[in-house]
Amino acid sequence: MAYLDHAASTPMLPEAVETVTAAVTAALSAAGNASSLHTAGRHARRVVEESRERLAAAVGARPSEVVFTGSGTESDNLAVKGIWWSRRDADPRRTRILASAVEHHAVLDAAQWLADHEGATVEWLEVDGQGRVHPDVLREAVERDPSDVALVSVMWANNEVGTVQPVRRLADVCHEFGIPMHSDAVQAVGQLHVDVAASGVDALTLTGHKFGGPLGVGALVLGREVSCTPLLHGGGQERDVRSGTLDTPAVAGLAVAAALAVERQPVLHARLSALRDELVRRVSEAVPGVVLNGVPVPSPDRLPGNAHFSFPDCEGDSLLLLLDARGVEVSTGSACSAGVARPSHVLLAMGADEDLARSSLRFSLGHTSTAADVDALVEVLPSVVERARRAVLR
Amino acid sequence: MRLLAALSGGVDSAVAAALAVEAGHDVTAVHLALSTAPATLRTGSRGCCSKEDARDAGRVADVLGLPFYVWDLAARFRAEVVDDFVAEYAAGRTPNPCLRCNEKIKFAAVLDRALALGFDAVVTGHHARLADGVLRRSVDRAKDQSYVLAVLTPAQLAGTVLPLGGLTKAQVRAHAAERGLGVADKPDSSDVCFIADGDTAGFLRSRLGAQPGPVVDALTGAVVGRHDGAYAFTVGQRRGLSLTTPAADGRPRYVLGLEPVSSTVTVGPREALEVEEVRAQRPRALTALDLPLSCEVQLQAHGRPHPCTVAADGDGWRISLASRVTRPAAGQAAVLYDGDRVLGSATVSG
Repeated sequence: MAYLDHAASTPMLPEAVETVTAAVTAALSAAGNASSLHTAGRHARRVVEESRERLAAAVGARPSEVVFTGSGTESDNLAVKGIWWSRRDADPRRTRILASAVEHHAVLDAAQWLADHEGATVEWLEVDGQGRVHPDVLREAVERDPSDVALVSVMWANNEVGTVQPVRRLADVCHEFGIPMHSDAVQAVGQLHVDVAASGVDALTLTGHKFGGPLGVGALVLGREVSCTPLLHGGGQERDVRSGTLDTPAVAGLAVAAALAVERQPVLHARLSALRDELVRRVSEAVPGVVLNGVPVPSPDRLPGNAHFSFPDCEGDSLLLLLDARGVEVSTGSACSAGVARPSHVLLAMGADEDLARSSLRFSLGHTSTAADVDALVEVLPSVVERARRAVLR
Repeated sequence: MRLLAALSGGVDSAVAAALAVEAGHDVTAVHLALSTAPATLRTGSRGCCSKEDARDAGRVADVLGLPFYVWDLAARFRAEVVDDFVAEYAAGRTPNPCLRCNEKIKFAAVLDRALALGFDAVVTGHHARLADGVLRRSVDRAKDQSYVLAVLTPAQLAGTVLPLGGLTKAQVRAHAAERGLGVADKPDSSDVCFIADGDTAGFLRSRLGAQPGPVVDALTGAVVGRHDGAYAFTVGQRRGLSLTTPAADGRPRYVLGLEPVSSTVTVGPREALEVEEVRAQRPRALTALDLPLSCEVQLQAHGRPHPCTVAADGDGWRISLASRVTRPAAGQAAVLYDGDRVLGSATVSG
């Protein structure tokens, strides 16, 4: 088996499993709600607060800026909707959202929902052929009327093609005009150096299962001065911005994984970059005509574990099925709820046509990837591509 | 064999896949996404187009331990089945979209792709028997679907496995329950899957717009009513004519004909619907037919077989019936049978 879909979810780190297991096991004898005032509650709260400090330290934020959530999607929704509502309430002219055209659906659809239901206007910032938002494009959009922009959202690195955005420069543009900037860094934490304070972003999304933490827990790093209207109302557990009893074991696992992943990030980056470059080289040799989408390698402007190709005259669905049958697990991009592969909005925004977009596959490496995974892929890929070409519906 | 099981999310395709697995085949499952805007939940008893059906199909694959994929054939389905359905009604005919879907999607696009991907055949949950290239009715006569499969070519049938033909529907449900398949009690799908509310006339109106015209009495030539679109009618239909002038003899009147160009609906007495001869075009024989041929013909999906003699008629068939039958609507299939065995089919032209 070769698992080449770490961008969808990467195996948990053993230390995170131990942490979660210990915390769950502790629940056998003490049912701690981190909001309770008694001893058991205090114990749970201590675990949560230590985790908050650990996570904050790992990503260059202050503990008070960490808002634990249930997922990256929740964090994105909270940032986009919450900051938009708050900014609009403070000044009704502020209704415009500027977001890149290559955002994850958690940002795209949240922004579109605000447009459809709340009177927002959304402008999708165009990207270049490699999927990058140029600061000039952002500046031009802001300058059309700086007073009506509620927020800007541009991801740290793209989940499909791996392009790293010039986050610091984009944040500088936003701050020139006093506009808050959100960045979905779900793919970046653990693969790239992510320092919230140094980046200048006002809100940053991360999620555990992309860097070796558990599923079902994420965080929004929300600057102390950034006002954000809650999506979930109730006990106000997380800075009054997010309610709901925290999953103490998951939070603890998230923080342990984040600390380790960040500590190991420089070494992982070097190792995965080399392995990925090797994958790109060998796939390009094995399959004439294949197109690497995004930033050419080697480059620091691409996620080290990401390789995204179009296989002309093939359908990604067919490639995936054939590879799966041969023990190689990959992705055609982001799947929708019915499991139907739509032509990727990311590739379309980068200028690809629908056929090329439908012909693509993402291979993503992570902390458990080895050269054997690349060998397994390259061994079966030529015959798989040849078969998939025959299976194209005419 | 390496088989590709098409799972609709219903009980029949689930049991068909299960039986294929138990027969020792290497089975991979797909669900065909046929709707461009699938509803989240199933409405009524219509199966195969909602996300809930996709989930049901996925759960069947889980239980059977099969790899499972969703194939997006919505664009092709719209072009080959839905648009054809609308165009046929607009031309005054009454198409059978299930038959068309079998001919153009399930046993064409899906089968072609399956074969190209290295599968030996497609397995479906249709109720019909298929062995050695011979297509026969299901043992469950009430659920028999050989009529909508008769349009397939011998090559298509060669790439098809139908495990359910020897089972009654009740037995299929029992098999599903025994295997812990959650769809065991799911209602049968019915009607046209892409018309969620079952309102075919409303669907056609939304696609074709209002095309008002007269309802004319075939005997007197008098205009006896008005309608909003001839496409909303089918030859043989009695209900919903909203005639303003009663028949002179006081007896019910039936739709006898549709004239799309002048948007005229012709009505008349029941006897005028009865015919002794049916013409059909685009014949497809599953076996060499020695015309003229005495056999039986079925003229509707749920109709009964009628003894007949089939003779060549240009490129088509002239089907002479032993006794008068209600005239089938143009666009329906005329399927020839020898007992349970399907001999071939053609499209009724008049």
